[in-house]
Order: sequence, then C-alpha cells, then structure tokens
Amino acid sequence: MRTRKLLVLIAYMLFVLVPIYWLINMSLKTNREILGTLSLWPVEPTLANYRVIFTDPTWYMSYLNSLSFVSMNMVISLAVALPAAYAFSRYRFLGDKHMFFWLLTNRMAPPAVFLLPFFQLYSSIGLFDTPIAVALAHCLFNVPLAVWILEGFMSGVPKEIDETAYIDGYSFPRFFLRIFIPMIRPGIGVTAFFCFMFSWVELLLARTLTSVDAKPIVAQMTRTVSASGIDWGVLAAAGVVALLPGVAVIYFVRNHVAKGFALGRV
Amino acid sequence: MKVHNNKAWWLVLPVVALVAFSAIVPMMTVVNYSVQDIFDPSTRYFVGTEWYREILRDERLHNALLRQFAYSFSVLAIEIPLGIIVALSMPRRGLGVPICLILLSLPLLIPWNVVGTIWQIIGRGDIGLYGRLLHDLGIDYNYASNPADAWVTVLIMDVWHWTSLVALLCYSGLRSIPDVYYQAARIDRASHWAVFRYIQLPKLKNVLLIAVMLRFMDSFMIYTEPFVLTGGGPGTTTTFLSQTLTQMAVGQFDLGRAAAFSLIYFLIILLVTWLFYTAMTHADDKG
Repeated sequence: MRTRKLLVLIAYMLFVLVPIYWLINMSLKTNREILGTLSLWPVEPTLANYRVIFTDPTWYMSYLNSLSFVSMNMVISLAVALPAAYAFSRYRFLGDKHMFFWLLTNRMAPPAVFLLPFFQLYSSIGLFDTPIAVALAHCLFNVPLAVWILEGFMSGVPKEIDETAYIDGYSFPRFFLRIFIPMIRPGIGVTAFFCFMFSWVELLLARTLTSVDAKPIVAQMTRTVSASGIDWGVLAAAGVVALLPGVAVIYFVRNHVAKGFALGRV
Repeated sequence: MKVHNNKAWWLVLPVVALVAFSAIVPMMTVVNYSVQDIFDPSTRYFVGTEWYREILRDERLHNALLRQFAYSFSVLAIEIPLGIIVALSMPRRGLGVPICLILLSLPLLIPWNVVGTIWQIIGRGDIGLYGRLLHDLGIDYNYASNPADAWVTVLIMDVWHWTSLVALLCYSGLRSIPDVYYQAARIDRASHWAVFRYIQLPKLKNVLLIAVMLRFMDSFMIYTEPFVLTGGGPGTTTTFLSQTLTQMAVGQFDLGRAAAFSLIYFLIILLVTWLFYTAMTHADDKG
C-alpha cells in the first residue's frame, strides 16, 4: 500500500513537472538551439532571454502592472468579503440564501460575455487602461469565491467567542478587527491565495481593459511574435518569471493551506 | 443556531454594491444589445426576440454547445477521480507535505496563455519533448492537423492544469478527518475500500461539491488555453463556446447576436450548476 501510494504520487508529480521543466529548459537556451535540436538540457546555457525581460521597460513594467492590479484585487476582495462572509456565517436575514447563490452566479458568468460591456463601462468612467479597472473587473469572480471560502472558515469558529466578546464590552468593529480576524488568519491566507491565483492568470479581461500604460504581463507575452517568428526563448523566460510570484505566495501560505482548510467547514 | 437579524444586510451591502457595479450594470448592457440591431452608436433598431430565435436555430452554435458539453464532462470524469487518488496518496505529515503542496500548486499559478504555450511547444513534433517521443515511437501524432490529436491534447492540458486544484481541495478535506476514525477502522479490520467509502468519501462531500462546481464552470468558460494551443482548430474541433462568442462579438462585431448568445450561454451554466448544487446539497441533507 505504502509503495503503491508513493508510485502514484511520483508518477503524478512527473506528469506535473515535466512540462514546467521543459519551459525552464527552453528559457535558458538560444532560439537557434530551441529550433535546431532537441536537447534535454541547455547545451549552451544563456541568460540572454532573462536579460531582455529585466532590461526592456515594456517587459518589466508589464510585470509590475500585473503585480499592482493583482494586489489591489486581493485587498478589495478581502475588504468587502470579510464582513459579508461574517454576516452569512452568523446571521439569518431576509433573502440570505438567495443572496448567497446570486453571489455565486457571478462566478459562473463567462468573462467573454462581459468583454464589451466592461470595455464601455470603464471607458465611460475614465478608468480604461488603469490597473484599478482590471482589479475591479476581476472582483467579478474573486469576490464570490472569497465570500464562499471565508464563510466556511468563519462557520468553524464557535459562536461563544462572539458572545463572550460582547459581554466583555467590545464593540462590533473592535471585536471584528482585534479578535475575529486574527482567529481566521489561515482562512484569509487561503482566500488571498485563491484571489491571487485567479487574478494573476486571467488573460481575456486583463487584455481587453488595458492598452499601453497598464498592460499586464500576460498580454505582453502574446506580443512576442515578430517578423522573424515567435521569440520562443524570451517567451519561455517570461513564463518562468510569471511563475515566481505564485511560488512565493504559495510558500507563505503553505501551512495555512494545509491547516486552514481543515479548520473550515470545507 | 443562527440569529435572525436583518441588520446583517449592512455587512453584505459593500459586496452587493461592488457586484452590482461589476455585474449588473454590464449585464444590463448585454440585455440592451440583445434586443437591438446596432449599425453604429446612433443608428439602432429595436428587433425584439429576433436574435434569440436566430441563435437557437444556429447549427454552428449547436455543434459548439455539444463539443462544450462533451469536453466539460470528460474533464470532470478524469479530474475528479484522479484528484481524489492523488490526494489519498499524499503524505499526511512531515516534510513531504509542504513540498507536495508547492509542487501541486505550480500548474495553477501559471498564466493561462503560458499553459497553452507550454503544451504548444511540448507537443510539437520537431522541438517538443512529447511530440518527438510519440514520433519516435512511430505514432503519427500532430495536434495541428489531426482533430482527434487536437482534442486529446486540449484534454490532457486541462487535466495537467487543473487536477491539482481538485487534489488540493480533497487533501484539505482529508486533513479534517480525526485520527480516531482511522484507529477505529483498524480495530474493526476495515478494508481500504471500506475506509474510503464510509470514512473518507462522506467527509469529502463538501469539498467535492466545490471542486465539481468550480471545474464545471471553468471548463465551460475555457477560452485562453485552447485558443493559444490550437486556435480552435483543426477546423472547429476545439472551438468551444467562449471562443465562438468572442469571434462573434469582437471579430465580426455582431453585437446583437453576440449579446443574445451571451445570455443563453450564461443561463446554461447557471442551470447546470444549479442542478449540481441542489443535487449535492440535497444528498447532504439526507445523509
């Protein structure tokens, strides 16, 4: 049993890692080597592809743009989802179940549906081509998800804690910020991870709502096609660089993800 | 029990306001488009339900819808069991845990167009590892010209991309099972299957609900990955609904028809997800 489990795990990890290895492998090769031969590791390793990304302003600015709208989105999503999730987990109120499902339906709306309306909406209020437009647009699918995950975590915290705090004379905001939020820190970590993940990887909306100033890295990467064909090396390097913030985030929340989910209702 | 308190609405209000701004306003625009024939911003005619009737009769869209359902159900049929198996195989404590979690999450964190690019490269017969391997084995594989190959490649790409999400969710569900349960099972000499069927599976029900719903919604809205990998081809083999819609709206600028299509598209997702949701929460109420 033990060895069989280990074999399954190793097989799956190989399945996951080989394509990623191939990307890293390619990012360290010259275009000539990529297109000329099939080599399992770089024969003449080069950092030229990475140099392009860190010296060309269109590349590193697009990277920073992506980081800025993703962090704005994380902050906005958490800020509105925390109180709402608390309401759903603690109170019954008029239309609460309908409200909860309605929120979820927004997670189901295909981004393709919203392309043109979003474009018009954000153009008309003068936010087109700013990171905040993308951050707000991504709230469409991240806020419902955040409420959903947080509600699960909050339901795992016993209600007696709230009551004791009120008896001790805490006002609601003070209780919420000082006592409750620290208690569900793992849940916030997990939620932040999911918000980060879904916002960082999204292309369709991010590309539609930006043109030059706020162009995200995913859109910049679709423009490596030049007269001489696709610049595979730079594209692969950009892919590797785009992977790094995600790895950092998962590293920070790794214990929360494991412990956190177990605490919550999910 | 939860307290009845309508003041809780104040806590929900920010979410409602934000979502109203980013969902209801655009949705109304779509509804507005769907009943008009628009030539330019100043020349538009009210056409009633004409676009809807046209969409419902459109052969091309019927085919895209069938492809979409076939795709989404294949995705669920592979990813859910595979995700459970991977979650069951993961270590329960020790240094292996964070390593497994980080490695598992890697595919989830790659921008979707990069996912398409990775598979585009790795499947190529000349410069890709897998494509070259299959060629050397004597298999005539070409995802750019053979419809079956393209289909399989898109499916494997999705399995690679998203099974980790199912596995992560299931893993966290498994972690919430106290050790006492396993000890009791050992005393009863329960088989591995019995442990899975009567201890682990019931505990996984809630996370599986989330996993099934998320995977269904997302695979039903898939756009970027197949677009980068195959461009929807060869022919229309891998053109799914989102791509058809985008072609219609941005490519042909056929706003009225695209809007009517959008609404029907949204309703289908809503309906299917609602069915999953009720089916699975009802089973929960009984169990």
